[in-house]
Amino acid sequence: MTATTATREPRGRYGLAQAAKMEWIKLRSLRSTWWTLAIAVAGTIGIGVAVGLNTRNASGDLTNNALAGVVPGLLLAGVLGVLTMTSEYSSGMIRATLAATPRRPLVIAAKAVVFGVVMLAIGEIAAFLSFFAGGATLRHGIAAPTLGQPGVLRAVLLSGLSFCLIGLIGLGLGAIIRHSAAAIAVLVGGVYVAATFVANIAHSVGAYTPIIIVGNSLSTTNPVTCGSSACGDHLLSAWAGLGVLCLYAALALAVGGWLLARRDA
Amino acid sequence: MIEARNLTKRYGPTVAVDALSFDVRPGSVTGFLGPNGSGKSTTMRMILGLDRPSAGQVRVGGRRYHDLRWPLREVGALLEARSFHPGRSARSHLAALAASNAIPASRVDEVLATVGLDGAGRRRAGKFSLGMAQRLGVATALLGDPAVLLLDEPVNGLDPEGVRWIRDLLRSLAAQGRTVFISSHLISEMALTADRLVVIGRGRLLADTTVAELSARSASLEDAFFQLTSGSVEYRATRSEERAS
Repeated sequence: MTATTATREPRGRYGLAQAAKMEWIKLRSLRSTWWTLAIAVAGTIGIGVAVGLNTRNASGDLTNNALAGVVPGLLLAGVLGVLTMTSEYSSGMIRATLAATPRRPLVIAAKAVVFGVVMLAIGEIAAFLSFFAGGATLRHGIAAPTLGQPGVLRAVLLSGLSFCLIGLIGLGLGAIIRHSAAAIAVLVGGVYVAATFVANIAHSVGAYTPIIIVGNSLSTTNPVTCGSSACGDHLLSAWAGLGVLCLYAALALAVGGWLLARRDA
Repeated sequence: MIEARNLTKRYGPTVAVDALSFDVRPGSVTGFLGPNGSGKSTTMRMILGLDRPSAGQVRVGGRRYHDLRWPLREVGALLEARSFHPGRSARSHLAALAASNAIPASRVDEVLATVGLDGAGRRRAGKFSLGMAQRLGVATALLGDPAVLLLDEPVNGLDPEGVRWIRDLLRSLAAQGRTVFISSHLISEMALTADRLVVIGRGRLLADTTVAELSARSASLEDAFFQLTSGSVEYRATRSEERAS
């Protein structure tokens, strides 16, 4: 064999730092990652701009309008989260991954950290650009909202954070279900379709579904004044909504991690 | 050194690997032979900690795989030809795995050159032929310069030049004092590559011996293998005369 630079063994043991480095190289070396992220950001901004151009009423929540693209954009964050996990199974890469880092909770923790940080950055970029673009395209003499107004900065920041949290829910679902198509179906069906359905038949339960939390709690300046009393009564506050969303992500990752550790690869 | 003790894997009522005990020693190539479905791949996966044994245990270098400090620096494995993401380049695939075990990035180009893929490192691995995929798998196994190598059907998909190359490579790795364990159902190839043999059928150990000793039992190693496994072939095609009767 050729000269071996790998022979000198470092001290200690592989850990989260090494596993995270591996996951970062894996994530960034796939072209599909960057395409998906670019489309998520562009789509989020595009919808914000379209809503901005068509806003005629200055009395609405202009911040929420500018962030209208966040909920559709989240779909891509969730799908990318799913694929980050399921593509390991469909390609057979999971065996190489687990042979390299056999402590499995570490594997899902590393994926969550790397993917979570990337999605947080992308989400904040999408949310802030969308906020400014949506505001800049307002016509009919309507003044754009500013970050200094009450609740606005919080709404934009939490909207960006929601990309990270929905992405992590996707990652957890991917680890639980392991098959891309099935996991994406559960994500879309569970997070979007069922959530919308539940929200329409039972407002009080609907307030706890991820999409209602993002659309009506996180991305609004003041959820309680969302317009009609029918929805206003039941919506979570932004911080309560954030807590519930964090709980979902933690639950998905915990179950996914537990199953990853238990099942044969 | 690989030490399997009473290694057992059950899938429901099916026993895939049945109380298997054997040692694979350093300094020689040990072949792992058995008919299709005899439990070779399951055993390999249990050695790597991918499948959890139903009973018994297996140790590599004195430790359970799960407890290795830098797994890729101790054990290199080729499990299935395509254990990589098709959208990733060969270099990125190896770079990611190298990072997981603090292996210097320079090692990536070394192993690519060793397996003859230096010109294809930036291409997407999904476009590789089966032979190239197999070479990438071997590069993955060599990445950490490990003392133990585990290869499941390494000659699958290789052309005659590639078969000779892997045979020479495995023999030289063993000559350096490494433990080399290769599974195959190609007896002729084992006769040329391996020094020792572990033969299993229906998950049970049938022989733990040397190639020379087993060959001496019959007219050829192949005949000896058929005698040994006659009672434990899982999937056998019906011969035309048997069908006729």
